[in-house]
Amino acid sequence: MDFNFTQDQLLFRDSARDFLRGEITPERVRALWESGHDESLWGQLTELGLVGITVPEEHGGLGMSEVDFVLLAEECGYVALPAPLVHTALVAAPALVDIGGELAASWLPRIAGGEARVAVGTGPAQPLLVEDADRAQLILLERAGALHALDPADLTLRRNDSMDGSRRLFTVEGADEGADEGAAVADAPAIAAALNRGGLGCAAQALGLAQRMLDLAVAYTAERKQFGKPVGSFQAVKHHMANVAVKLEYARAPVYRASWSLAKDHPDAARHVSHAKLAACEAAALAAKNCIQAHGAMGYTWEVDLHLYMKKAWALAGAWGDTGFHKQRISNALFEDDAPLGAGATF
Amino acid sequence: MNLTFTDSQQAFREEARTWLEANVPEEKLQSFDTEEGFQQHREWEGKLNEGRWGMVTWPEELGGRGCDLIEWLIFEEEYYRAGAPLRVNQNGIFLLGPTLMEYGTEAQKARFLPKMATGEEIWCQGWSEPNAGSDMAAIRSRAERDGDHYVINGQKTWSTRAVWADWCFGMFRTDPESERHRGLTFILVPLDTPGVTVRPIPQLDGLPGFAEIFFDDVRVPVDCCLGGEGEGWSVAMATAGFERGLLLRSPARFQETARRLVELYRGSRELADRDPAVKAAVMQAWMDAEAYGLTTYQTACRMMAGGKIGAEASTNKIFWSELDQSMHATAMSLLGARAELLPHAPDAGDVGGWLDGWLFSQSGPIYAGTNEIQRNIIAERMLGMPR
Repeated sequence: MDFNFTQDQLLFRDSARDFLRGEITPERVRALWESGHDESLWGQLTELGLVGITVPEEHGGLGMSEVDFVLLAEECGYVALPAPLVHTALVAAPALVDIGGELAASWLPRIAGGEARVAVGTGPAQPLLVEDADRAQLILLERAGALHALDPADLTLRRNDSMDGSRRLFTVEGADEGADEGAAVADAPAIAAALNRGGLGCAAQALGLAQRMLDLAVAYTAERKQFGKPVGSFQAVKHHMANVAVKLEYARAPVYRASWSLAKDHPDAARHVSHAKLAACEAAALAAKNCIQAHGAMGYTWEVDLHLYMKKAWALAGAWGDTGFHKQRISNALFEDDAPLGAGATF
Repeated sequence: MNLTFTDSQQAFREEARTWLEANVPEEKLQSFDTEEGFQQHREWEGKLNEGRWGMVTWPEELGGRGCDLIEWLIFEEEYYRAGAPLRVNQNGIFLLGPTLMEYGTEAQKARFLPKMATGEEIWCQGWSEPNAGSDMAAIRSRAERDGDHYVINGQKTWSTRAVWADWCFGMFRTDPESERHRGLTFILVPLDTPGVTVRPIPQLDGLPGFAEIFFDDVRVPVDCCLGGEGEGWSVAMATAGFERGLLLRSPARFQETARRLVELYRGSRELADRDPAVKAAVMQAWMDAEAYGLTTYQTACRMMAGGKIGAEASTNKIFWSELDQSMHATAMSLLGARAELLPHAPDAGDVGGWLDGWLFSQSGPIYAGTNEIQRNIIAERMLGMPR
């Protein structure tokens, strides 16, 4: 039993953190919301090896697992990274590894090299919104219980703007004509794995987002004075912040456990992911609620940075399986499938 | 990261399970807040000690097994899984014991630890006073030096299990000029000393689970002082540290409550689902109990790897106490009209235990530092918010 990350994993997280917190300032996030051009950022991420982090070494990546990446995904959340790194590293590349063969051999090296991007669209949501589909050269799309490998040139993409200006969401049309027999490259297990990895990515980012909102509100309430004192010295404000800290403290371990379960193909991995996503998104939702309150009217403005993180947190709550989807999986495990319960049943 | 148990951890679990299955009393003991139940629980402590299962985290030479934190969590899982009795001497074994090992003289260790282990001497705490609750540094009970004795005068309150306990440990002001955290001394007091008066206080369930203790010129030898004179605050803080918290409130207890709650819901789904909030609450209970377990294992692993824990430990107390309260609230809701029945009511069946738990869960957010104080600690010491 060892719940610790290795020194290497922590060092890797630390250096990614230094880069992300140094480079991805709120100003840069705002600029990317405006321009939508993340090419130079993508180049930087590629150079650092982050884009190919989960691509196997024989295909030019670092061959890392979900456990290695989960701490990085958390850091991506902390800075509200306006680029699809979590999608690429946690969903697209592992999906191609699951698919294997020609497709994997031709696309994985190009992902790691930053020459191509791959988008994955799967899950129970209607309409099915595919992240960053317009910048992908390959779309892996769920159709009729199978994953189809599609060329975006054959498809019509329709942009749907998100409240989070860095999320580029598209519905895909024309896939049914293009989705002939030959395009089906994987079936249910790969689809389920992609959805679970997407859920883990949301959960890990939600942890980072919650921490960022908490840090912003703690800093703001130390500066802002009313009645001659920092508002952060008032107990009502302190308890708002403490409640966020408690929720966040107890959301982390479920997320890390889910990363381990996915990496090890644990039979209960789906339930673990659902628990992780629900706990982390709930912590982020409480962070948003209490941190906007702590900012007062300033929190309701576009000018204060809080909204960059708050909106991503709200958006991720419904992505890669919404609350209803994940609660249903927990419900099925607890009430239909007789999941092991009680003391000693955790591991 | 490797979230599986080693072979030796599994073997330890098996050994504990086997012993507990053979030894846990078939009939539930009476509440240790009754005189007879207290005696039954004292005997159970003796039995645990004979099997060397009483103080598994204590060193082997003191009758323990030298267990690390993971083994402790495993033992607790088996203990609660087996439905074994609550620990009547928990203040001794889990709080004073480790503090004695750290601060006690060799003579004190030899005098107190063996009888603590057998249950021969049951300990209670003397912290709170009528005007020193959340503000513990406001302690006023005095201990004046008179030759080789302290003479104690004052009053302690909310001393859990003091009614039938043998000894009390607590903090007293030895420097009459001192204020706040200074000038306090940690003293061990035999409750049969002349001048000690214990007045039971009935709790919500009507039983005298705690008491006031009055001290009138109570003479205690100076070698009952633990740590140095005037060092009481730092000794007491060690007693209240996280590791002790982990020993006292390991997740197994709450995971067993969550299991019983899921089973209660499964057993009456049709009725339960008339209120859609109930199902959501049952699921939340399971997730939170699981999160508490996961987080505790994670923290234990971090500490075993040399990590430290600071003010974030205060999140722990808030989390389990509010979880316990909400799980029991959900159970009360599920039980409907039966919820109010006392355990001995002829038609209570097995629902009476939930009422006991519900009443007890009301104390969680209050004792061991109210949750409001814990939130202040989190805000000021963990998040660095201004005082």
